[in-house]
Amino acid sequence: MTVHNIYIFDRVGTLLYYQEWNRLKHSGMTKEEEAKLTYGMLFSIKSFVNRISPTDTKEGFLFYRTSKYSLHYLETPSGLKFVLNTDNHSQGIRDLLQQIYKEIFVEYVVRNPLCNLNEPIQSELFKTKLDAYIKQSSVFLTKSM
Amino acid sequence: MVIYGIYIVSKSGGLIFNYDHTVPKIETTRRFTYPIDLKLNYESKKISVQFGQRDGIHVGHVLTAINGIQITGRQLDDGKDAVEILESKENYPLTLTFERPKMTTNEKIFLASMFYPLFAIASQLSPEPKSSGIELLEADTFKLHCFQTLTGVKIMVVVDKNQIGAEVFLKRVYELYADYALKNPFYSLEMPIRCELFDQNLKTMLEQIDKGGIASI
Repeated sequence: MTVHNIYIFDRVGTLLYYQEWNRLKHSGMTKEEEAKLTYGMLFSIKSFVNRISPTDTKEGFLFYRTSKYSLHYLETPSGLKFVLNTDNHSQGIRDLLQQIYKEIFVEYVVRNPLCNLNEPIQSELFKTKLDAYIKQSSVFLTKSM
Repeated sequence: MVIYGIYIVSKSGGLIFNYDHTVPKIETTRRFTYPIDLKLNYESKKISVQFGQRDGIHVGHVLTAINGIQITGRQLDDGKDAVEILESKENYPLTLTFERPKMTTNEKIFLASMFYPLFAIASQLSPEPKSSGIELLEADTFKLHCFQTLTGVKIMVVVDKNQIGAEVFLKRVYELYADYALKNPFYSLEMPIRCELFDQNLKTMLEQIDKGGIASI
């Protein structure tokens, strides 16, 4: 069980935060380009899901899985998007994302008057808290080499 | 056991086959007095709900009938303009029918070709080397399973959230595709599949699943 990386986007698609833990493959583009591609993909998936769904959706897109990793997605009503890539065996990532939003993002970004809400997060406190939170969570286990 | 739809997308991203199995019809009829408590959107060709979700009428639902008379686009079947009727006070109370819009064939083709880049980007953005594209996409109302054959044809199935064993089903659809579409001398690759035997066998299999579950195939 591993956590690969996390992206946090705001409602207009600005990359607020990116951090990676066990990432073995890089996409070969800059962080900004990659973030734009990720956001664009998620935006498309969102409208795709809304159209192809047989009934009315509430939360819409939850996650997707490929042969090597899973991408979990949480969007808040205010449009903040939390994207966490993990391996395929991880459970309960949605709760984890909700906790990250509630306990880390709101506490150390929203309640920090020096953090501007629509530009990348610079706060060191947020960085360390998020890192610690992910590392102590049950899904974080470095792959045995 | 619910299978909503099956889609087959060719190597180049075009929709070559689709079949709707069970498509739930979501329709609500209610009596409205003036002024109506929904915000309607008249901008596109259709009249849709923009705000004010209630009694089973959701945002995005389209107005399909006024007082039981069907609407095509913005015009009633008896020739009147729907917007005019809705906006004049003396016509009320009105009985309006709203429905979740069904996918048109054009929209399906559009969505199928939209899935193609999503599939490719998912593999490109992978944090692990040698990842495939999307195999399972889950939303709160359905699951989409995708199986890519070695030749690049994608077979997708939209199923209920609690449906298990869709992978087996996809493999069986692939077998049918190989047997009845590819072995048909009148079928040319990359073209829409119009093979009677394929349709027949697929339907038989779906009936079997409806009766005995996915384990029965």
